[in-house]
Amino acid sequence: MKAFVEEFKEQARVITRDLRHRGLIQTALRKYEVARDRRKGAFGNWQMARQAAAEIKYEAINHLDTYLAEFADKLMDRGTQVHWATTPAQAREIILGIIKSKNAKSIIKSKAMTAEEIHLNDAMEKAGYEVVESDLGEFIVQLRREPPYHIVFPAMHLTRDDISALFEKELGSAPTREPEELTMIARRALRKKYITADVGITGANFAIAETGMISITENEGNARLTAALPKTMITLVGIEKVLPKLEDLALFLPMLATAGAGQTLTGYNTMYGGPRQKGEIDGPEEFHVVLLDNRRTELLADPEQRDALHCIRCGACLNVCPIFKNVGGHTYGTTYSGPIGSVITPHLRGLQDWKHLSNASSLCGACTETCPVKIDLHHHLLQNRRNASEQEPSALERFAYKGFAFLINRPGLYQFAKEMGRLLEPLHKMVKGSKLDPARSWTSTRDLPSMPSQSFKEWWRNR
Amino acid sequence: MITEREKILRRIREALTLSAPFPGEHGHGLGNKAHGTPAPIQSAKPWLPAGGETVESQIEKFRLASTDLNSDFQLAASEEEAHHILAETAEREGWKKVATHRGGLCDAAVPKLNLPVMPTDDGYDVLEMEACDAGITECDALVAQTGSVLITNTSAGGRALSILPPHHVVLARLDQLVGDLTDAFALLKTKYHSRYPSMISFVTGPSRTGDIERILVLGAHGPKKLTIICY
Repeated sequence: MKAFVEEFKEQARVITRDLRHRGLIQTALRKYEVARDRRKGAFGNWQMARQAAAEIKYEAINHLDTYLAEFADKLMDRGTQVHWATTPAQAREIILGIIKSKNAKSIIKSKAMTAEEIHLNDAMEKAGYEVVESDLGEFIVQLRREPPYHIVFPAMHLTRDDISALFEKELGSAPTREPEELTMIARRALRKKYITADVGITGANFAIAETGMISITENEGNARLTAALPKTMITLVGIEKVLPKLEDLALFLPMLATAGAGQTLTGYNTMYGGPRQKGEIDGPEEFHVVLLDNRRTELLADPEQRDALHCIRCGACLNVCPIFKNVGGHTYGTTYSGPIGSVITPHLRGLQDWKHLSNASSLCGACTETCPVKIDLHHHLLQNRRNASEQEPSALERFAYKGFAFLINRPGLYQFAKEMGRLLEPLHKMVKGSKLDPARSWTSTRDLPSMPSQSFKEWWRNR
Repeated sequence: MITEREKILRRIREALTLSAPFPGEHGHGLGNKAHGTPAPIQSAKPWLPAGGETVESQIEKFRLASTDLNSDFQLAASEEEAHHILAETAEREGWKKVATHRGGLCDAAVPKLNLPVMPTDDGYDVLEMEACDAGITECDALVAQTGSVLITNTSAGGRALSILPPHHVVLARLDQLVGDLTDAFALLKTKYHSRYPSMISFVTGPSRTGDIERILVLGAHGPKKLTIICY
């Protein structure tokens, strides 16, 4: 139980003092901010566009049963096999089943956070399959055997030198300081994989109910290749990704690009409505869509926080969050980090285990303000705190407040406590922050305000 | 037996028996209600980046976006000039073999290159396509707002032709230029009458990545170059 919060605290303690990490993140995010603001300026009205996006997601999520059924039926009409999974284990089983039935050996994968959520790569590797991540950032973190650092920029915490050393070790390439050369090393390594892979696995950014299509947003073209060359294509998608109409993308594609990476539009926005159809030249013979619940329906059942399912995973809230900027992506220990991760992880993985993430917030509201679909993020953090303490009240806190109430209601006693405080203050200074200090969790990193020599009451009397 | 689909849909219906606050109407914040509930937004088009009203302004938008994206946008005055630009590009880039598909614009232009040509229409060898220097395709539309090329697997010779070779060349007519994404989706609807091809893609610039220190590199996995020849 304690493990997650202790791990978070320990890692946060280390990384907040890591100046190299801080420099990397700040440089990267400053570039993002400049680009994003420039793109936002091109909108007719960014705030109205946010409201429009929030309203469309509201419609989709609050009629999810209808739209999801429509999405699945339309897909099946054109020969796609649709699978439904309540748990991560079911989703893994479905996907492994498909791979097995195809006698596949190698699998090419394009970026999918839902796959991270269900630890799909682990499961496939354990079953003896070769899985290669094709997104450059994901490819890098896969070689390092670590999870993505950020939902949009997976390798943001690494320098070109780190990556060069990694490629030298894992791929036997010559060291270089040129990002272009490094990219070409990965390109060459992955080209062969696309051509020989039997199965391609992708995620999806949107699921279009009206036409039965998934929509994938990417810059590199790796998802396009993954959906073009292997004979079997599998797409894993969370049930909340639904949009009612195809033309809703005219709003959501530029919003995602602008909020996510400061682009007008991401390099490739591609909609897939089925496997290769009659008369078409190429494409997979089989197309499987796996719909994943994984406790999203529990979040749906909380009307107060239902709008967290509007999330389009653009990562904008991470990029503006002062906590994320200080502790970094890996410290969270979750698939989804930053404000949105702090809000939804308690729903997906247990409130008591993950409530500390809602406390690790200054409640500044930058996340809410930047969210392109207007999720009320910082209030949801507060609600998580409230729900956690209602469910499991802290005995210590209760005792402290009772004591405070007792004290404050007795002026004589309060007066006495104040005098004692003044008397003991010099003594406290001697043990401040040490193990003897009862207030050390506060004072080890902060100064305690010193007691005033005169209270208001005394000043009033002597005035 | 109840299927997993039915189980999930049931849980959703159960969850939705309680209604959630409309966007912008959360319980906190004093006086939110005092302003009344604004009417739901019908169309987001006016709030999005503009695509341009006239053909001239659309061309200008497309040109600016292309510069921004490192796309090579060539506007030719005539078919001859377009073919000339294509031939020049082939010579400059030192193409030895190109892949393409059947279609009015391609059929008129590609044979004039006098290069070995690999057509994709009746099936193709992936390794052979990978070895081609360019993939020459047509498209469904050009989008001024974003500098995008709208392709489908039926308009652009399949799924791989426009992504596998290192240089993607698009041949388009000027009347294929539309204002914005909303117009592009409307065009798809009328063109395909809901019988959409299995792949629809908005190609916005050559393949790119910023995954190493957020530094832009072109040609991550897809084409390093995108040339759009329009006439």
